[in-house]
Amino acid sequence: MDDAQTIPDDQWRPDRHQKSQRDEKDQSGCAICGLLNEDGSLVDGGLIIRAIANMHDRSNGLGGGFAAYGIYPQWKSWYAFHLMFDHDAARRQTESYLETVFQVAHQEAIPTAHLEVIRQRPILVRYFLLPKEELRARHYDLTDDDIVMMNVMHINKTIDGAFVFSSGRNMGCFKGVGYPEDIGRFYRLDEYQAHLWTAHGRFPTNTTGWWGGAHPFGILDWAVVHNGEVSSYGKNRSYLANFGYQCTMHTDTEVIGYLFDLLVRKHHLPIEMACQAVAPPLWSRIEQMPPAERQLLQTLRIIYGGALLNGPFSIVVSHAGGLIGLNDRIKLRPMVAARRGASLYVASEEAALRLMCPSPDLIWRPAGGVPVIGRLQSQPQEVSVA
Amino acid sequence: MTANAAGAAHVTIAAGDRPYRPVNAEVRAALEAGVKTVELSDVRGHRYIGCGLTCQGKIVIHGVPGNDLAMFMDGPEIEVLGNAQDAVGNTMNRGRVTIHGDAGDVLAHSMRGGTILVKGSVGYRAGIHMKSYKEKRPVVVIGGAAGDYLGEYMAGGLLIVLGLARERGLPISGIYTGTGMHGGAMILGEALDPRSLGREVGKADLTPEDLADLRRYVGQYVAAFGGNAEEILARPFVKYLPVSRRPYGQIYVY
Repeated sequence: MDDAQTIPDDQWRPDRHQKSQRDEKDQSGCAICGLLNEDGSLVDGGLIIRAIANMHDRSNGLGGGFAAYGIYPQWKSWYAFHLMFDHDAARRQTESYLETVFQVAHQEAIPTAHLEVIRQRPILVRYFLLPKEELRARHYDLTDDDIVMMNVMHINKTIDGAFVFSSGRNMGCFKGVGYPEDIGRFYRLDEYQAHLWTAHGRFPTNTTGWWGGAHPFGILDWAVVHNGEVSSYGKNRSYLANFGYQCTMHTDTEVIGYLFDLLVRKHHLPIEMACQAVAPPLWSRIEQMPPAERQLLQTLRIIYGGALLNGPFSIVVSHAGGLIGLNDRIKLRPMVAARRGASLYVASEEAALRLMCPSPDLIWRPAGGVPVIGRLQSQPQEVSVA
Repeated sequence: MTANAAGAAHVTIAAGDRPYRPVNAEVRAALEAGVKTVELSDVRGHRYIGCGLTCQGKIVIHGVPGNDLAMFMDGPEIEVLGNAQDAVGNTMNRGRVTIHGDAGDVLAHSMRGGTILVKGSVGYRAGIHMKSYKEKRPVVVIGGAAGDYLGEYMAGGLLIVLGLARERGLPISGIYTGTGMHGGAMILGEALDPRSLGREVGKADLTPEDLADLRRYVGQYVAAFGGNAEEILARPFVKYLPVSRRPYGQIYVY
């Protein structure tokens, strides 16, 4: 237990974060990037920080964040919960709740550096958890993933001042208010080794910048970084509510992570088809397709109408199995992709991409609605965290 | 390296990790002091290179220039020795940009004059809202293919797409080509599937003036990037023109 991160009340203003006070959506012109070593080889956070820092001017200091995969090999079968607390009361309430439903293998303060520019921060703690046996018995029809998802929703919806911002196994999201390069140094990401990294620099225009509102957003091992706006947020949110997903972060990007969790984990759609559900071809293109393909796309659009993401976006979706880069269908936000050997790279700008991969075998600008898909081919290497 | 080199024919400025503002200030100072060629090395996404410059001279770029290259540029010449990012030539007024690779989205956004030559292909919405007025007539030559929405809302100027080296099966231009177009002309190296055209454009024959334009700009393309002008000119060029000068007049006029 480490309470060194408790902030005096005059510096930390939890009132900005109360669950009843946020706006409905966010619209942003941001920076995103990602890298995947499909062979499972590990790289520290320095490279992705360098790439996102190169796109500094795409964000405005009101949000930055990262997702990293393969970072907790010593706890890899446990769900790694990253929590932010506005105050100690929220922490106490959350911990007593966690103890009723989960076995807690380990908990600790998330290591951070003292950075002058990160002036206000919540209490940041991580927990390594598994559902208790009696909970599993009670929910015999649910998987551990289902139980975890349900409890993340419960904490984020009901405990004031507490947010679970990461809940996957052997992965973690790290985010906050600041420029992404500062957030990366604040969380000491150069001390983590991962085979998959994503990063985000935020430029919020519709809502205030707050710690929980920074990207990535996700659930379980899904994490999403997003440049753009989900104009269909209201429809997506009601659609997801049918399946137990409750939007509590009040930023549009949140629905994207839940949609991929629903389509891929619960409905077992192949990644390609999940992408076609959220960014389907225009009806005018579907009409021109050969009959079998046309019928498939028509069916997909009808069944998953509530999953369609409208509006301008470029996103990087990461999960235990790999990485997905995707643009809206008429490409209203930028994305460039590159491959070299077993590595895949995506970024908002080519200059940032080339900092990660100076001599790509292949570099291209993905068309709107055409996903860039990378798959982890072998188990990640295991190196313990420093 | 400082650009305090009045009278020098040639200076090199290292961009590197520095922000775009001091780099662009040094470029401006050098060109305004009469330097003929500024060589920018290690460019890593620096934005607004050449922005608003009204002087003469040339900027040669090593690396990847950032968004809005040559924005509002009114005179100089820029040569990019690789790829460029988004919004090259945004509202450019005079001068010339030569890109020895591909370019990103919204190339020549609202361009008003000057010339842009791209050796390879470009992203979405090239030529969006290009315009011309009296002697001002912007010209864009794209060697490869263009993404969707080529010439969207185009109001003037000339867009040429040659359709040379490109991925097998990739059309010379994407869907919604010329959507909302109400001025200027597009000349493409081959006819488009009519289903890829916006409803505001129609196919037209090339006039002798068009052929003269084509010969002139293909000549410039070949001079910059190599290739055989006669072979390129032998392609089955097609011209697309707006069918109405005010396609949305009925929508906005009450």
